Amino acid sequence: MGGKRKNAAARGVSPSPEASATSSATVTTKVQPKESAPPIATTSNVFSTSTQIEPTTSTTSSTSSKTPATKSLSSAQGQQGWNNVVSNLLAHYQDTTPQRTKLIDAFMAFLVVVGGLQFLYCVLAGNYPFNAFLSGFSATVGQFVLTASLRIQTTEANKSDFPSVSPERAFADYLVCSLILHFFCVNFIN
Amino acid sequence: MSADSLERLAGAGKGDSTRTMLRVIILLLVAGAAVSSRLFSVIRFESIIHEFDPWFNFRATKYLVANGFYKFWDWFDDRTWHPLGRVTGGTLYPGLMVTSGVIYHALRALSIPVDIRNVCVLLAPAFSGLTAYAAYLLTNEMTPSSSAGLLAAIFMGIAPGYISRSVAGSYDNEAIAIFLLVFTFYLWIKALKLGSMLWGALCALFYGYMVASWGGYAFITCLLPLHAFVLICMGRYSTRLYVSYTTWYALGTLASMQIPFVGFLPVKTSEHMPALGIFGFLQLLAFLDYVRSAIPSRQFQTFLWVFAGSIFGVGLIGLVVATSAGYIAPWSGRFYSLWDTGYAKIHIPIIASVSEHQPTAWPAFFFDLNMLIWLLPAGVYLCYQKLADEHVFVIVYALFGSYFAGVMVRLMLTLTPVVCVAAAIALSTILNTYLKAKSPVPEEHMVDESTDGASKKAAKSGLKASSKPFIGIYATFSKVTIVGAMTAYLLLFVAHCTWVTSNAYSSPSVVLASRMPDGSQHIIDDYREAYQWLRQNTKEDAKIMSWWDYGYQIGGMADRPTLVDNNTWNNTHIATVGKAMASREEVSYPIMRQHEVDYILVVFGGLLGYSGDDINKFLWMVRIAEGIWPDEVKEREFFTPRGEYRVDAGATDTMKNSLMYKMSYHNYNNLFPPGQAQDRVRGVRLPDDGGPVLNSIEEAFTSENWIIRIYKVKDLDNLGRDHASASAFERGLKKKKVIKKKGPRVLRVD
Repeated sequence: MGGKRKNAAARGVSPSPEASATSSATVTTKVQPKESAPPIATTSNVFSTSTQIEPTTSTTSSTSSKTPATKSLSSAQGQQGWNNVVSNLLAHYQDTTPQRTKLIDAFMAFLVVVGGLQFLYCVLAGNYPFNAFLSGFSATVGQFVLTASLRIQTTEANKSDFPSVSPERAFADYLVCSLILHFFCVNFIN
Repeated sequence: MSADSLERLAGAGKGDSTRTMLRVIILLLVAGAAVSSRLFSVIRFESIIHEFDPWFNFRATKYLVANGFYKFWDWFDDRTWHPLGRVTGGTLYPGLMVTSGVIYHALRALSIPVDIRNVCVLLAPAFSGLTAYAAYLLTNEMTPSSSAGLLAAIFMGIAPGYISRSVAGSYDNEAIAIFLLVFTFYLWIKALKLGSMLWGALCALFYGYMVASWGGYAFITCLLPLHAFVLICMGRYSTRLYVSYTTWYALGTLASMQIPFVGFLPVKTSEHMPALGIFGFLQLLAFLDYVRSAIPSRQFQTFLWVFAGSIFGVGLIGLVVATSAGYIAPWSGRFYSLWDTGYAKIHIPIIASVSEHQPTAWPAFFFDLNMLIWLLPAGVYLCYQKLADEHVFVIVYALFGSYFAGVMVRLMLTLTPVVCVAAAIALSTILNTYLKAKSPVPEEHMVDESTDGASKKAAKSGLKASSKPFIGIYATFSKVTIVGAMTAYLLLFVAHCTWVTSNAYSSPSVVLASRMPDGSQHIIDDYREAYQWLRQNTKEDAKIMSWWDYGYQIGGMADRPTLVDNNTWNNTHIATVGKAMASREEVSYPIMRQHEVDYILVVFGGLLGYSGDDINKFLWMVRIAEGIWPDEVKEREFFTPRGEYRVDAGATDTMKNSLMYKMSYHNYNNLFPPGQAQDRVRGVRLPDDGGPVLNSIEEAFTSENWIIRIYKVKDLDNLGRDHASASAFERGLKKKKVIKKKGPRVLRVD
């Protein structure tokens, strides 16, 4: 989920010259994390790691922004709307997401990248130790959905859906489930 | 929660602890009833393993207990499927054996010396008590009144549909699988309600246990995605659904892949694809859900179209490519037979030949579920009225389960839990309505309704509108009538269940019971007599050829290697045995020599009128053999020109010369006065021509009531003659008999 969002961001930023009126997305992605982070009460530990991660993700988006610049010349009406959507989405994400959740998102993006690499390897080099591929891949997928669940449960907006799940409980559940997941994966890997 | 407040409202002044106490006592009594009604077979007969498959499970359990878990896991069994052997450790569902092994060792550790046989015999009744409890829990998730749960528990405990597979001694996978099925559903509902990862993980663990226990786990694999899909289609997607489903799927699939027999199936076969599809779909939905909350609705529409269109296209292309490239196997035959009941009969006779794979007859529903079957629609209707997520589950399960129960007799078992739950909901609603001693007063009902509405709003199941007119029962007469009628029905139900259990489902089928003229019971113990004979009079490694039905029993009771058994993994091998049985002696003998057969075992019920014998199963042998050798075995030749299947004087020559016919009726004439030989199963008189003559095999043993007949395969003749002339010589005939003789045919080698 987070990974897709990142991809969307990377695509969306590309033709930003036209959509600059709504929000200068390229600029804010670089700057905003550093400025918006302090208001949320995080432990210094979390904060420091997150600042290390965030710039890297934003640089990927800015670097990829240059490549498809030629495509944007042929932008039609639909493309315009699409850009609007994406930039709005990005702005919303930057504004409302707490720092901790961003950390979770970064982890999810990492999992997507790892999973994608595994899949690519499987396609290119064959799936010979199928056990190993399967357990590695399902470890990333499983961890991804568990992390997504953690993210959902800890988001303020979803509070009403989970009357009995406090963030601490969610984290404890997350740990237990991850342990089970990795036990199965290690057992299956041969 | 609304449940708590309602309960407090109802039980004001009575005290919660008393109610809990009562509930515990009732559940214990229910468990007691469930266990004891399954003990008929032990009381009537003895503590013995029943039927066919349980004998294999029993043998495997003994192996597990004797050799430990790791050797069990790597068990290669060279005493079955004679020349081939079977990788037993990798081709069974180990849950049942491991469970009873653990129980056995636990009891030993507590210094209770039990026999492993008794653990195996009593495992199913013990788990039925737990199933009743699981049904209680599941029903309690559906309705706030715990009386429905208690009713469901007792229904589950004594419903014949479930007892049929769980009497004492019926040591089969279903013994524990139904408990796991119901409990997994309970955990799923719980996870869905709370949106909790932990419950989802528990659900996945029990799902894994279920996969380890029974091939019917595919039922869960299909039902949970279906439930999720229906919820999504109803516009009830919620983050709770996402959390519970994805947790279950991610962990449960991995758990199921740990079982060697299942292995890669969850990612390769089509049965498991719906679960994967819904899993992917939920990821998209979760993403869309997030996006919708983030941006204005007009923009969201653009986004949705582009996004959904591209995803759908990519998914479709991926599916087509994967299927055509063979990454995803097409549906297996057993599943085709679920959609098209005629499929198996045409294409896979081995599946169609199993009686429990036949479509269900209508009376079977009533026989197995009695009044519950007509309470099922009422319960489903009541679920429609509330229609929260968990009620959707009951509705989906009821539809899905009824369909499959109609297709295959065996799947009646999976329908039973939902029938019990729905019937309990219906019945408790009736009783709750009519059992209120006080007539409702208008003011009271106003108050009732307002609190009702408020709590309903809190629980956000807004479909039950508060404007519903209040209907109360005022007359004592109607109350008494309805409650009286219901009580009578319940008593009848109990009587029916007890009768069915004691009469229909408690027979071990290894031991048969009959009535003497004076009404006393007479035990017919031919099977064990014959197996004991084999055990004591044959070499340790004498290969026994029989039809596959008896393979497990020979392995378990006689401890002799068999050619084929009830694990029908190799159709060709079974067809070989079928061909040997269906062909003339001259054709069969080389086949038997090639497979090193020492003894042949046939079951013959003609003397006693035992209908489950090999002559009645013979056509299946012919059909299965014909599937592999269509030009050597022809089903048509076993029927008379008028299309009758006859064993008397009118039988066809092919029939009369087949090995099976000869072995069944060999020497049978001598039992009767001349011309009086009678087959009591088929109800026909046999021809008076001295009976069939056997040349290449000789009779070794015939049990007391002629149910089991064992023949020894003769060795090659010392003087190099063929068997026909050798035996003709021994009978003192100078010339050859009239039997047509061709050169011995050899088994075609592919």
